[in-house]
Amino acid sequence: MVKTIVLRAPGTNCDAETVFAFEQAGSEVDLVHVNRIISHERKLADYQILVIPGGFTYGDDIAAGKVLANELRLKLGEDIRRFFEAGGLILGICNGFQVLVKAGFLPDPRSDGHLQVTLAANDSGKFECRWVNLAVNKESPCVFTNGMESMYVPVAHGEGKFVAAPEILPDINVVVRYTDEQGDAGAGYPHNPNGSVGNIAGICDSSGRIFALMPHPERHIRGTQHPQWTRLGAKQYGDGFPIFRNAVRWVQQS
Amino acid sequence: MHSLEVRLKGHLPDARGQGLVKDIQDLGIATVSDVRVVDIYWLDAELSPETLDMLGRNLLADPVTQIYSYRQGTPAGPVDESGYHTVEVAYNAGVTDPVEDSVLKAIRDLKVEGVNTVRTSKRYLIEGQLTDEQLEIICSRLLVNPIIQHVVEREQMSFPENPKYHFRLETVDILTSDRAVLQKQFGFTADEFQAIVDYYRKQGRNPTDVELETLAQTWSEHCVHKTFRGRFTLGGRVVDNLLKSTVMKATRELNRPWCLSVFVDNAGVIDFDGQWALCFKVETHNHPSAVEPYGGAATGIGGVIRDPLGTGLGAKPIANTDVFCFGPPDLPYDRLPQGVLHPRRMFKGVRSGVADYANRLGIPTLNGAVLFDERYVANPLVYCGTLGLLPVEIARLGKQKPGDKVVLIGGRTGRDGVHGVTFASEQLTEVSTATSSSSVQIGNPIVEKKMIDVLLQARDRGLYVRITDCGGGGLSSAVGEMAEETGVRVDLEKVPLKYAGLSYAEIWISESQERMILAVPPEQTGELLALFVGEDVEASVIGEFTDDRRLRLFYGGETVCDLEMEFLHGGIPQLRREAVWEPPHHPEPDFAEPSDLGESLLRILGSWNVCSKEWVVRQYDHEVQGSSVLKPLVGKHNDGPGDAAIIQPVPGSPKGVIIANGINPGYADVDPYWMAASVIDEALRQIIAVGGNLNRVALLDNFCWGDVNRPDMLGALIRTAQACYDMSVVYGTPFISGKDSLNNEFEHEGKTISIPHTLLVSAIGVMDDVSRAISMDFKKAGDFIYIAGSTRCELGGSEYLKTRGLVGNSVPKVEPQQSKNLMERLSTATGKGLVRACHDCSEGGIGVAVAEMAFAGGLGASISLKEVPLGEPIDRDDFILFSESNSRFIVEVSPDNKDRFEKEMAGCPLAMIGRVSSETRLEVHGRKGASVVSISIDELKEAWQKPLRW
Repeated sequence: MVKTIVLRAPGTNCDAETVFAFEQAGSEVDLVHVNRIISHERKLADYQILVIPGGFTYGDDIAAGKVLANELRLKLGEDIRRFFEAGGLILGICNGFQVLVKAGFLPDPRSDGHLQVTLAANDSGKFECRWVNLAVNKESPCVFTNGMESMYVPVAHGEGKFVAAPEILPDINVVVRYTDEQGDAGAGYPHNPNGSVGNIAGICDSSGRIFALMPHPERHIRGTQHPQWTRLGAKQYGDGFPIFRNAVRWVQQS
Repeated sequence: MHSLEVRLKGHLPDARGQGLVKDIQDLGIATVSDVRVVDIYWLDAELSPETLDMLGRNLLADPVTQIYSYRQGTPAGPVDESGYHTVEVAYNAGVTDPVEDSVLKAIRDLKVEGVNTVRTSKRYLIEGQLTDEQLEIICSRLLVNPIIQHVVEREQMSFPENPKYHFRLETVDILTSDRAVLQKQFGFTADEFQAIVDYYRKQGRNPTDVELETLAQTWSEHCVHKTFRGRFTLGGRVVDNLLKSTVMKATRELNRPWCLSVFVDNAGVIDFDGQWALCFKVETHNHPSAVEPYGGAATGIGGVIRDPLGTGLGAKPIANTDVFCFGPPDLPYDRLPQGVLHPRRMFKGVRSGVADYANRLGIPTLNGAVLFDERYVANPLVYCGTLGLLPVEIARLGKQKPGDKVVLIGGRTGRDGVHGVTFASEQLTEVSTATSSSSVQIGNPIVEKKMIDVLLQARDRGLYVRITDCGGGGLSSAVGEMAEETGVRVDLEKVPLKYAGLSYAEIWISESQERMILAVPPEQTGELLALFVGEDVEASVIGEFTDDRRLRLFYGGETVCDLEMEFLHGGIPQLRREAVWEPPHHPEPDFAEPSDLGESLLRILGSWNVCSKEWVVRQYDHEVQGSSVLKPLVGKHNDGPGDAAIIQPVPGSPKGVIIANGINPGYADVDPYWMAASVIDEALRQIIAVGGNLNRVALLDNFCWGDVNRPDMLGALIRTAQACYDMSVVYGTPFISGKDSLNNEFEHEGKTISIPHTLLVSAIGVMDDVSRAISMDFKKAGDFIYIAGSTRCELGGSEYLKTRGLVGNSVPKVEPQQSKNLMERLSTATGKGLVRACHDCSEGGIGVAVAEMAFAGGLGASISLKEVPLGEPIDRDDFILFSESNSRFIVEVSPDNKDRFEKEMAGCPLAMIGRVSSETRLEVHGRKGASVVSISIDELKEAWQKPLRW
């Protein structure tokens, strides 16, 4: 049985739907408070998939995800690196993306901790909840998006603008980009809801086993979550579901 | 003491600053070209330059986008702020800085010792030519609210020590001193004060200060709703206990078995599916929001979220609904009363306060409304509501035993909401531009979120037997009410404090947020406390329930309060008042019928009340929890105005909850009875429009009124409550809870301005299968457009007359039996899949409803007014198009289903009035066949979206 750990901290708020998504995908899932890992009551090593879900951890004070990133880097950095080196999968959604980047696990978990990418305030200056089209980069090594071409999922964030130093941008493993309905990645706001450089919505490390994105695939698991299902009819599964199924299958097959 | 400053790198655009540039332009100041915001962290510690540098590098600044600097110099070089106007703004003393806890935690995680306090401030760098006067306008209208903030005029911030509190028992001499003064000071009526004097005379002593405060809070309108329990006469008729004889009476007579807990707990509870129950509550936080929109509204939503949490043995909050009423956003500043914040600022502050709090808590905000009227300028209304989900077996009020512990959980206690006290630590800076006499709290959503997370685990482990929210009225209300049947003793020195110096009375009456009270059996106390500690949430045993039916409070072992519960809860004399009701008469509209109604339609679509609220909705997270089935914005481009929201709260179960609301204070200017009837009909229409039914619909009432000491105000209130009863019993939809906010009045230039009589009716309906839901957007060209329900010449209080500065007298009425019949038939038709789209016909009538359906669906429509079924003769096209008669729906039906649909609707007023078209225009033909509206849907949509495209 594949075992997934969904990590929770003060202000995590997408944990229940993330647990549901992994359960639907066939994993056993434990929702665990970060304190219980730090106190060694629970061990990351007992799991194959680690998820940092969405939310406003520690209120997103200072900057989104910063305080949890600081905590993970200082208190669980080694555990998480060992988990990764042992072949585990790591998924960060929304706040989880912000945390993974600010803790230095993305774009490269083996980097020296000098941060070169970040997620900054949306260009609009606003928190925005809207549905976006994503194009999946088929060249990406990401194991979570294997076989996927596009998806329609919601974003809900105030600090989701992907920013990277220009010199490292070509080396980033882009997994998903914001596009318009036709798949055009140059369509601008609101298709790119936050002003992300290169329309980047999600990235992975070079192994493809650490993946994080700003949009919420766990909010499009059922067909009736699609905002236009009353026009188009409801499919059995939502567009975000394959991400979770891919992760579970990858673990089952490896 | 250090300050560390963080700013964006010079070449990066400052989104916060750009927002301010726009706000400054809205003030009529066009010369500001850029604003940049610097975040400043003040650390009360002695730190080495290396440590400060490390904090800047690793914690406080983002290395990719930001630079930092600190007092001892800066690695990034000195920051040049010349050429800017600079304004630095900090919180006043006593206002809890919401960022402090997290920053301290992160600093501790970095193993930096010795930082005791963190405060933050913001420096605004404003670029452009400004006079001193303009800069002052920018400060006072945008940057600083003196209730919570001040301009830092010196660079040094100080962190004074709070003085220690030295216990001294205070008594109040009510037996011999001037009663009038004391009665006013504590807010009692003459009758109430007499009852108190009589009680203490029998006791042979004077009350302590905290006893009198407890009585004042327990007997306040806020806590005991004495107006709604009063005895009134209206037109020779006696109304004894308004609430029990109207709203609650309907519920009692309907006696629905699925009503599990009504009017007794913090929220009303209904059965959802036999296994789960739903609880629902809407409250207002009007006055705090008027004074400090962001903090007032945030603590408003924070407070109502604790209502479901404090219902039964605790419900998980699963959805929010928010309704706001403001003055018009374009109100000229010269019409703004002195000391009142501009409606635009109130709107922006309230919106962000609610969104920031609810988004952080991860509760989707799915439903709401925003209304505007100049009478709300000084008294905005902020209704916040929360829906909760809990197992049915714990849906009813808990019960404690003598010996159970009183456990206070969540946030710490400060002077929040304690009025008339001055802060020992008032001086945040040596030169403070403002002093606050009471503390307004901003709210700390993460404290509440942590508390909810751990509380629901404690609930599922069965570690407590009763719970209540600690909100308005503080411990006094929460503990005082919980212990009514048993008695209680509380040791006030055991309450954890935010800072030293609080007296026992301040501790008892403080309204600090994010706190709740549990009754915990002694044998479970240890496990409960350990669970809370494990997630860094404070939980403290502060007392014990007893069997003496007394409220006894101690401070350091000394008795400071000893009151009989019977007097505390039963001693308040019933309010007695005379009420009158005289229907007002407004001039009848006598303008000529315009030949082109397109212009009128565009004006209504662009009116503040009707226009798109997407700017608000998008900034709420309405997708969190992944439960939404029908979202607040629907249609081809996800931007049409949905009627009601639907969520699927239990994953894996097809059952849904529909959330709707009705509000229309404009009708109350004609007759509050029909206003109430209309808003109930409207809430129910929305439920029907999305595919629901009336089988299991529960209502909440929320009255916001002017000064009910005036007989005419009271008369209007009684009429409104009567309508609630009359409608509720016919529709079969019981009220399960409610709330009121009275005395919303303001003195301006010698005149008293009362808010319009405002009743919000919020409704939840259970839907068996969410896959039957429909949305309001037109789906397919060629489909038939029907109107169900008859149209009368009812334009009193309508949006159409409002756009012409008129009120009129022919307010929309409701025939509830006919309306119910139509709703049931339409619901059946929808359940059979015969309806492709359906929209509630409300503000702006047929014209607005059809226009919205068209542009939401990206399709055109052609309709004829000749076909509209009339309930009385109407000889004007404009009146047919814009009448706001209740109980009407616009329905899209595919040609294939025409016959079956018409058969289902047999006996109801129904007519096919046109077709959906692929030509993207709205065409309306008048009674005589002439074109009265011909406008592209793009133009209609633009008119509707433009006003609030902020």
